[in-house]
Formats: sequence, structure tokens, C-alpha cells
Amino acid sequence: MTQAREDNALDLAGSQAGQAGARPSRRRRRFSVLTRRDKILLGLMVGFPLFLDLALIWGPALVSIGLSLTNWRNTQPLTWDNFVGLGNFERLASAYPPFWEGLKHNVLWFLVLMLIATPIGMFFAVLLDRDIKGSRFYQSIFYLPVVLSLAVIGIIWQLQYSADNGFIDAVLGFFNLPKPDWFGDPNINLWAALVAASWRHVGYIMVLYLAGLKSVDPSLREAASIDGANGRQTFQHVVFWVMMPINVVIVVITTIESLRAFDIVYIINQGKNGLELLSVLITNNSISEANLTGFGAAIAVVLLVISLVPIVIFLSWMMREDTSA
Amino acid sequence: MDEITRASQVSRREVLKKGLLGAAGLTVLPTVIAACSSAAATPVVTAAPVVTPVPGVSVTPAPVVTPKGLTGTVSLGSNYSDAIPKKAMQDMADAFTKKTTVAVTVNTVDHGTFQNQITSYLGGKPEDVFTWFSGFRMRFFAKQGYALAIDDVWTTLKSNYSDAFKVGSTGDDGHQYFVPIYNYPWAVFYRKSLFADKGYKVPATMDDFKALCKQMQTDKLTPIAFADKDGWPAMGTFDILNLRLNGYQFHVDLMAGKEKWTDAKVIAVFNLWKDLMPYHQTGAAGRIWQDAAQALVKKTAGMYLLGMFVSQQFKAVDDATLADLDFFPFPSLGNAFDAEKALDAPIDGFMIAAKSPAGQAGGEQDNARAFVGFLGTGAAQDIYVAADPSNVAAAKDADTTKYNALQQKAVTLIGAAQKITQFMDRDTRPDFAGANGMQNFILKFISNPSQDLTAFTQSIQKFWDSLPPAS
Repeated sequence: MTQAREDNALDLAGSQAGQAGARPSRRRRRFSVLTRRDKILLGLMVGFPLFLDLALIWGPALVSIGLSLTNWRNTQPLTWDNFVGLGNFERLASAYPPFWEGLKHNVLWFLVLMLIATPIGMFFAVLLDRDIKGSRFYQSIFYLPVVLSLAVIGIIWQLQYSADNGFIDAVLGFFNLPKPDWFGDPNINLWAALVAASWRHVGYIMVLYLAGLKSVDPSLREAASIDGANGRQTFQHVVFWVMMPINVVIVVITTIESLRAFDIVYIINQGKNGLELLSVLITNNSISEANLTGFGAAIAVVLLVISLVPIVIFLSWMMREDTSA
Repeated sequence: MDEITRASQVSRREVLKKGLLGAAGLTVLPTVIAACSSAAATPVVTAAPVVTPVPGVSVTPAPVVTPKGLTGTVSLGSNYSDAIPKKAMQDMADAFTKKTTVAVTVNTVDHGTFQNQITSYLGGKPEDVFTWFSGFRMRFFAKQGYALAIDDVWTTLKSNYSDAFKVGSTGDDGHQYFVPIYNYPWAVFYRKSLFADKGYKVPATMDDFKALCKQMQTDKLTPIAFADKDGWPAMGTFDILNLRLNGYQFHVDLMAGKEKWTDAKVIAVFNLWKDLMPYHQTGAAGRIWQDAAQALVKKTAGMYLLGMFVSQQFKAVDDATLADLDFFPFPSLGNAFDAEKALDAPIDGFMIAAKSPAGQAGGEQDNARAFVGFLGTGAAQDIYVAADPSNVAAAKDADTTKYNALQQKAVTLIGAAQKITQFMDRDTRPDFAGANGMQNFILKFISNPSQDLTAFTQSIQKFWDSLPPAS
């Protein structure tokens, strides 16, 4: 504080001198409101994350973009001969049928999570927020799928869906109904996987939204009910709008979940035969015996570009919010 | 002055706040991006520790001079992750230790993981000796310099193996890189008791085969059990149909890319398969081979074209059930290729990793050479095939007297074949055979056999053509 005042005083003096004289002979003392400790602190606060960011995110991302222009396999040294320009992207578009299917499935995944699973999760949260009996019990149940390990989820859905000894088809068979081949039929296996994904997503959204609802100022509800609003109207006209920041987070999370969807289809059949997703195609090409590192990187770049769209929207919204606040 | 001071106070706080926000922003963005990319990264991260090799864990006991002058240790990277093969592998390793006093460290990795990570494994810090397959997949790594040539081991082994095995162990440069331990035939498996009850006869020709399928359907049986959820089992069906219809040479040339998938001969294979499809168990794309084998065990299906490992499912029930299992070679089509009696009989075995400690000349390399040499003897292979009788030993001096009926028949079948192939995913490039390559194409065919086969085979050829140079 005192330091800052002295700095200012000096600086004012300096600038006056600068205006008066032709050229200040001594180095102009820069205006600063920060003490040395502040600067070090700031440097660390910005520098450390920046370093991690560059080293762990932007570095690999740029390397991936570079690799996407090659036909490199990691068994050989990388040379200029590996450079193929946009060849990988041409191949993706024209000679690699799984790519378009994967893209389509990612979009479908997004739509289902956004239009069905997320609203259900929000709905559950609103219900559980009303302090109904056994609220905690239900919360645990709905949240359970989120914390289960992948291996367990794989077994659970295998037991449900298997055509020969699965629960669903056993029940259908008991009533002499047609027994669909949930995992094998390429027309329905994506939907089967989406049910499993939604099963997990609903719990995730529910917990997030419930946390948001708990933080809504109770006086708002009180005011609304005094004005004669019923429960639905209170939510629709008051609570939902107060919860806007949470809503945005949920939209972002749903988008991310649908772009990074991977695990469930991978445990079903490694993402083939109707279950192609971009993330799985990256893995199957880059990290498999096939070992097409460059080609896998090209798919990763496509996924990165797609991911940038929601990220840019989210960040621009956050920054706008920040400046208006 | 007061104004300025206040302003500066505010801006100081502002700057700090902005700094914090900036820091937060920088961390939020990475998390978002990381979240997107973490999905793809997950399997590597989780799988990596499993593969992490422990080359020559330095629990080296005091050097013991052995009769052969070997000291120290040797390590083995194994993908024999099922209980029975895993134990059999350990037994072989122990037998080697007993013989030479060289301790063997066995690092077992899940079969699928091992295969997916093989390249990074061999390029990283592999064990001295690793389990692998004959065929293109062997030659590929030999060519990349990941395996050590073991011609000197083969000078001793030569007399103990047939020429076919030596060819199957030889790289493109004419050197040997591989020591076979066993192989097993792909054939049509059935239960003797079911055939006896119903009065079925083993079909020799395609007409007999189709007639038998029809009869089984009348008897309310699924003629041919079928599963392809994992993507590879149905490749066996393509292989045998192509071998029977177009012969060995065309098949290997097709696998090597010297013939085109758009060839009318290939379309004929798919057409033949289409004719047989009504006799196959439906819903194959969602079923694993173990479940299809259960249909044979339970006698709801009559036959099953698979590798002899199908017998593991029978052995798991009891020995009587295993004794009831029999097989016949896939029927002939009455053409020039009948005499070839070709079949898939994949060879498994061992290689020495060039980037392992054994890659350097010295004690550990001597140990590795001695170890693979030992694995190439009947004495070692007897231990393995006794524990896992779904295979037959590759070495000539293996003890065949203890073979069960199935193993004895397998020896005859493989011996009678003029031409032997390794299986599609071992005979062709891995990037072509993989999950989103040929596995996917075959699944597409199975889901709709009556699709436009010209367009279908064109898409396969287009995929092949788009692959980068093989190495």
C-alpha cells in the first residue's frame, strides 16, 4: 500500500519530467501497482498452469496435427517421406466407411444425451430436491452407475443384452416375443449402447443439478409461492432461470460426454459393426497392432476441430458473462 | 493523488483477480480439451502398467555355473493369459530352470492387450523372449528389426521340425526368427453321439454337406453354430471357402495384395457363403465363440467350423464330453483344388526381442537362445500340450503317444494337407485385418449377405488401396 503510493508518486514525477524535458536521460520507471511479491505470485499463478497447458495439451495437440499430415507408423523413424499432406483426410472421406458412420453416431449420441438423458437427469434432480422420503437413497441409486468401474458396467450390460443368455431376451423369449440381437444387429446396437450410456449420464446430471438446486435462494421460491405460482410454474419461470450457470455447465458436460463417448462401445465390441465412434476409431488405428499413427492422428484432429466448437461457445459465453458482471 | 491511489488500489485488486481468472481459464480449457481426448487415451493409460516389462528383475542369485555354462536369468513376455495355458507356460519355464538353473521371469499380459500393444511393447523395453505367431505378423516384426535372427538355434532345431514349420519361422530375408511350439487345425467340429443318434454321416462333398444341413434343419437343429462378435472367427469361414474354391495360391496372393478383392473369384466366395448362410446360427455378430460352442455342447447345433481350441469348452464340462467331440475337414467342392486339402493351421511360438537385454550380445542373449532352443524340443512341448490338449506339438520328437483322439486326428489332418495357411489375420497386414478393417467388412457381409457384392468388394479393395505402404 505504502509502497504502491510511493511508486505512483515517483512515476508521476517521472512522467512530468518526461513531458518537460526532451528525452528522459534515466530509464523510465514503469508504472506498477504490484509489489514484487505480487509479481512472483502472479507469475506462478499464470506461469505454472500455462506451462502445464503448453506441455500437456497444446504440445501434444500440435504434434497430433503435425502427425495427421503423415503416414507414419511408430515402428519406423519419421522422415519427410512420410509426409502425405492432406492425404489422410482424403482417405477418411472417401475410402474409410467407418469414419462417416462414426461421425453420424457421435452426432446421434449427442442428440440422445442432450434431448433425452439430460432432461431426465434434471427431472430426477427436481423431484429429489423436494425432500421426498428416502431422497438420499434414490440419489445413491441413480448415482451408482457413475462410480462403477468399466469392467462391472461391461458385465452388467452383457448380462442384460446377450442374445443367448441375457436377461432381456430371456424375458422376451418367455412371452414368445421376437428376441432382438442387441449387440450384433448393426441397426439396434447403437441404441442399446445409448441406453447404457444414458443410464450413466442421468445419474451424473442429476447430482450436478441437484447441487445447483440446493444453492438456490429459498426466498425466491417463497416469493414465487406468495405470488401464487405452483411448483411447476416456480421451476419454469424462476428456478430454471436462476440456475442458468448450471444449465450451461450441464450443456457443456453433455456435449463433452458425447464427444468423448468411448468406453461402453469399446467393451461391447471394440467399436465396429454399427458401433463406430470417432474416439474408438482413433484408438483402433493408432494404438493397435494396425499401428497407423498418422491416420489415427487425422481422426483425432477432426475430433479436435469438432470439440473446439462447443469449447469456443462456452468460453465466449463465460468471458461475456465475466465482462458484464 | 487520492484519486490515483484509490484507482491504483482497485486496479491492483483487479489485476490480481484477472490473474486468478486467467489462471482459472487456462486450467478450465485444458480440462475441457483433456476431457475430450482422455477417452481415447484411457486404454493406453490403464493398459500400460500391465505391459510394463520387468526385464531381468535383478534378483539375480549368486552366479551358478551350469553344465552348459549359463548363468543369470531370462525373461518371457507371454500372452497366454487364460488359466490353463498360463500354468502350462509356467511349467515349461520351470522345466528350463530345472535343466539349466537359469531363472525365468514370466510376465503374462492379457491376450488382447498384448496384441494391441505389441508394437509399442517391442519398441520399448520388452522381455527377452516373447510369445507370437507365425505368418505375416512374424515376418513384419522381423523386417522392422524388432526380432533377433536365430539361425544358430535353428541349426540344432532343423532336424526336429518339418520344412513347413521352418518356412513358417523364416523371415523375408531368409533368416529364422521364430520357434514354433504347437499348431492346431481349423475344421468342422461335431459331437459323435449326436451324429450316431440321428444317423448322420460325415459329409465329404459340398452337396453332402448341404444335404446334411437340410436334414438337421428338419430335425430342428441349427446346422452350423456361428459367432463373430470378436470380429475374427468368421475369417476362418472365408479362408476355407476361398481355399476350396480358388486354391491356396490365389488365397495367399489375395492376402498379400497381389490379387484384387474385386476379382470375380472373391465374389464367388461370398456367393457361396451366402448360399450356406441360411444354415448358420443367426445373430452371429452379437455372439462370442464360446457361446456358439455351447450350442454344440448342448446339442442344439450340429456342427461348428472353428479352430481346435473349441475343445476347451468341452474339456471344461468333463472328459466324457471332450471324448465325444470329433471333427472332419471342410468338404471339398469337386474342383482342381480338392487335392490340396488346404486348411488354416495357425502356428504359435516364440521370438527373441531385439530391444530386450537379450538384444545385446552376452549372457542374457545366450540364455534367451538356450531358452527358445529348449522350447523347440519335444520335452518342453510335451509339457504344454498335455496341459492344453487343444493343440498339437510342433517338434518331431514330441511324445504323441499320450495324445487324445482329437490330437491324434489333428496330426493326421495337418499331415495330409499339402498346403497350410495361418489364418486371415496372420496372413495379411494387421492394419487391413483389424477391427475397422476386414473384421468390419465381414460383419457387414454377415448382417446382409444378399447385398450388392460388387459394391461390397469394391469398398474392401478401396480400403486396401488407401492403406499406407506396409513398412
